[in-house]
Amino acid sequence: MSPILAESPRWVRIGLVPALQLALALVISSLVVLIIGEDPVQAFAIMIRGATNLEFGGFHSTLYYTTNFIFTGLAVALAFHAGLFNIGGEGQAYVAGLGIAIVCLLFDSTLSVWLMAPLVILASAAFGAIWGVIPGYLQAKRGSHIVVTTIMFNFIAMALMSYALVVHISPLGGNSTDSRYWNSDAVFPKWNEMMPDAPFSLLNPTLILALVCCWLVWLLVWRTRLGYAIRTVGSNPHAATYAGINASRTIIITMAISGALAGMMAVNEVYGAQGRLILNFTSGFGFMGIAVALMGRNHPFGVVLASLLFGALYQGGTELQFEISSINPQMVLVIQGLVVFFTGALDRLVRGPVEGAFLRYQLAKAKKAEAADAAVAGGN
Amino acid sequence: MKTTFKVVAGLALSAIAAVSQAQIKPSVIYDMGGKFDRSFNQASYSGAEAFRKETGIKYTDFEITNEGQREQVMLRFAQRGFSPIVVAGFQQAPIVEKVAKQFPKTHFVLIDAVVDLPNVRSVVFKEQEGSFLVGALAAMKTEHDAVGFIGGMDIPLIRKFGCGYEQGAKYISKDINVLQNMTGTTPSAWNDPTKGGELARAQFDKGVDIIYAAAGGTGVGVYQAAVDAGKLAIGVDSNQNYLHPGKMLTSMVKRVDVAVKSAFEDEMKGKFTPGLQVVGLKENGVDWALDEFNRPLLSEEDIAKVQDIRAKIVAGDIKVHNWEDTKSCEY
Repeated sequence: MSPILAESPRWVRIGLVPALQLALALVISSLVVLIIGEDPVQAFAIMIRGATNLEFGGFHSTLYYTTNFIFTGLAVALAFHAGLFNIGGEGQAYVAGLGIAIVCLLFDSTLSVWLMAPLVILASAAFGAIWGVIPGYLQAKRGSHIVVTTIMFNFIAMALMSYALVVHISPLGGNSTDSRYWNSDAVFPKWNEMMPDAPFSLLNPTLILALVCCWLVWLLVWRTRLGYAIRTVGSNPHAATYAGINASRTIIITMAISGALAGMMAVNEVYGAQGRLILNFTSGFGFMGIAVALMGRNHPFGVVLASLLFGALYQGGTELQFEISSINPQMVLVIQGLVVFFTGALDRLVRGPVEGAFLRYQLAKAKKAEAADAAVAGGN
Repeated sequence: MKTTFKVVAGLALSAIAAVSQAQIKPSVIYDMGGKFDRSFNQASYSGAEAFRKETGIKYTDFEITNEGQREQVMLRFAQRGFSPIVVAGFQQAPIVEKVAKQFPKTHFVLIDAVVDLPNVRSVVFKEQEGSFLVGALAAMKTEHDAVGFIGGMDIPLIRKFGCGYEQGAKYISKDINVLQNMTGTTPSAWNDPTKGGELARAQFDKGVDIIYAAAGGTGVGVYQAAVDAGKLAIGVDSNQNYLHPGKMLTSMVKRVDVAVKSAFEDEMKGKFTPGLQVVGLKENGVDWALDEFNRPLLSEEDIAKVQDIRAKIVAGDIKVHNWEDTKSCEY
């Protein structure tokens, strides 16, 4: 007799359901595009071409956005495993930018990229970790809810960064709220600077760092004692404590790592793509990390796939706005929002019926087999 | 046969060239906030629209929504042969500098910031002069010897507004109390009418009776609070007198629309000039707004006095200190 699965098969959970959700989002988006009087087929063709094109760097730009989403998605996903809802990725990444700026302003004229890159990565991770660990500490020791504290820390980060940029970092004169450009010998080269034939894009080696982080997070969560502690605390903190796991310590460490992951998004933006610190460079990527983690089912590999999708949506959206003038950023936002809505917020709308149907199908199959077994047994 | 083809092709090409010479391909890149922000970006938009209506020449535009798009979009515009590319907003300056170097034949127009390249026209406004005027007017009309300023996001540009306003008010009465508040330190400070209203009420409680708001969409809340409290407000960037007739003392107008339109026109006539254009009262780049909505609030003497100060600034008899020169409002 085949075992009755408590869950529907893996390919249904992580393949079929997200695909259906995406399809549903696209159908509704098509209606919106129709309403404003454009051809949805053409619009989506432009989006797909815009996100995958190699000639003008569409695919490269998609990967650049993907890099951001991987970091912020991983940060949210890891915290989720410990039952923590870290919505402070935005602030953690923003403050990490300050860490990078300090390192770059101090050393960019003396050190080469080989020495700068590790320093910058460490600085961003450290600053992000500090910004994550404070809410973590408040949650673990003082019971202040992490959702409230992390979102408040986003605001503190913004105020801090505006102050730092306007008063200390931006060069005197002008309206600039940006830092100067870092010395080009000290920053990551962009893909098109390494490959002479490649078109312009902001893609840079940070993508490799992002993928390494994915693998490390996978190792951490499923192959280490700390990962086991994180998952146990996430399932039931009381049971974890009973089992001898120090729950508050685990929460604090998780938030530090989560903050560090979010912080490394700044490596892509401040160190790689822009080569300088910009006011509000996070542009909502930190918040999108929540949707990425939701869609990626909190699994590093899922996060990579979801990041690719969101990267493609961002890049395709830019292209769409570029090609069809009646489609404005708000329209693009609606399309992105619908995808988030159906994959994240309305997850159960598709997941429930589809997984239920599979379970019933398997149950029926198992029963049939049982009946056949019984019949065979009866025949004897 | 081959030569005929060559001739025909040549003719066709020259025809295309002729058409493209007559038909320019202007474009605008708005900054974050979108083209319908009722303020800065919208002024660029209305300048471009005015050009389109007059000449029938279409333009292309793009609204920036994240930092990653800036360079990509500007490059694509340049690659597709758009010129001039009008770029609104000081935050785009570093990207203009990068892209303009790569496309020396494309004309760029940067508004609110300076990039020194042979194919870039930079247009900056002397907001301090316009603010000086409205500050002087506020000081003339206040009954409690206290006037207020509410800025949007706390950045140098907005401190420049506040500093000009303070100088104007103190020019009229040396000991006047000038209260200054910034709405916030994040870009959301440009669009927070609730907080704008709160700050305005707090200033009214401290005896202020006229408030100048340089805060984008936040200003709407300031004006409403002024109407509710029976006080006066001063608008910014566009002429906002019509929003609350009789409650808006005046508006400090910044003619971004004129800058955009004239850039398009210069390109059309083949008279594009690069370089820095600093436009103040003298060049009609900034001004105070006087129309049927605020005229009942002002006496002939008030108007004469403001015009007199205006003339003095234009003539150089009054020097208005620019906050950005020293990063402080000491003058």
